[in-house]
Amino acid sequence: MRTSSLGLFRPGQSPIHRLPPGTKLLVLLVLGAASVVTQRWWWLVAALVVASVLAYRLAGWGVRLWWTQLRPLWMLLAFTAVVHALTSGWQRAVADTGTIVVLVACAALVTLTTPTTALVDTIVRMAAPLTRFGVDPERVGLFLMVGIRCVPLVAGLAEQVREAQIARRATTSTRAFVVPLVVRSLREADALGEALVARGIDD
Amino acid sequence: MFNMILRVTENPVRRTTARDIAIIAVFAAITAALGLLPAIYLPVSPVPITAQTFGVILAGAVVGGRRAGASQLLFLALVALGLPLLAGGRGGIGVFVSPTVGFLIAFPTVAGLIGWATERVGAPYRLLPGLVVNTAFGIGVMYLFGWVGMMATTHLAPWAAIVALAPFLIGDALKVVIATLTAKGVHASYPGLLRSRTARAVAGAA
Repeated sequence: MRTSSLGLFRPGQSPIHRLPPGTKLLVLLVLGAASVVTQRWWWLVAALVVASVLAYRLAGWGVRLWWTQLRPLWMLLAFTAVVHALTSGWQRAVADTGTIVVLVACAALVTLTTPTTALVDTIVRMAAPLTRFGVDPERVGLFLMVGIRCVPLVAGLAEQVREAQIARRATTSTRAFVVPLVVRSLREADALGEALVARGIDD
Repeated sequence: MFNMILRVTENPVRRTTARDIAIIAVFAAITAALGLLPAIYLPVSPVPITAQTFGVILAGAVVGGRRAGASQLLFLALVALGLPLLAGGRGGIGVFVSPTVGFLIAFPTVAGLIGWATERVGAPYRLLPGLVVNTAFGIGVMYLFGWVGMMATTHLAPWAAIVALAPFLIGDALKVVIATLTAKGVHASYPGLLRSRTARAVAGAA
């Protein structure tokens, strides 16, 4: 399973890479909870934005990768900043937009510095106390791993369907693409279900 | 590797069968694959139309409430784990604190609701009820979540959040129609996914 090539993880040796995944998730949780309070002071939020850039430096990258994480959001962020600046002053614009920037950048940093498999293991361990509520942590792990396996599988089917369409010079409508993709995926699911039964995941 | 993963579950499965697991995983992957389709830009709006929410509606309309809801929950879990499965190659935990988080949380809810309603209507899948169900949940509930999520993250006023979301509506209306037609096509080529309405089945046979 080539999960490493599939994920957003970027290998490295930095202190942030070496932190246990659970710790990183905890820091993120605290940061999110604290943002309700920190949002009252625009200068504190501005300082946190700078700190988030420095964290990327610490991980061995620069402001470019930091911006890459935020770029998909820039239109929404700009809209939020402008509306706040016009209706409640620039301080509010800095505080509210900055908070989103900090949280998104830091969460992305966790993703960039932690391998997918390490996160799966952490989640399975964190789910242990949920056994009381009928959650089977190992079942959660099974679901995640089968899901990870299915992503390249279905992407491969999508590629086949597209090639078949090109070969037949068929139309490029979404529906003509998705119907065969879903039907093939359902057949693939039947085979996968049988494989799971064969390995002792019974009906 | 596969063997190693599967050996961990020795307990017999409660209600979810192995086939259910496979279908759930495959539909999570379909939503991911649809995010890979190139985005379409309409001349009237700067917001690109991506096929991602298309997968949410489709899951509900094809495999029923429980499996559809679970598949989208699994999809979100895979995104959170850092797979770049959201349209534009985004992923990771960051998307769950961004202004569009409401839409993401809506994925499993909407898929589950559409699936539940579709099962209630039963087989054969028909376009008109399908369109009503898919619009009510796929747009109504989806935007309700999206709107609340946007206000919660950006602290925008309700009207401003509506202005920010409005451009997406055009694409989503289009998606609901195509998803309904697609679901019809899937049910035609792969029958047996929906339980038929017995009364109607008898009347049809007579």
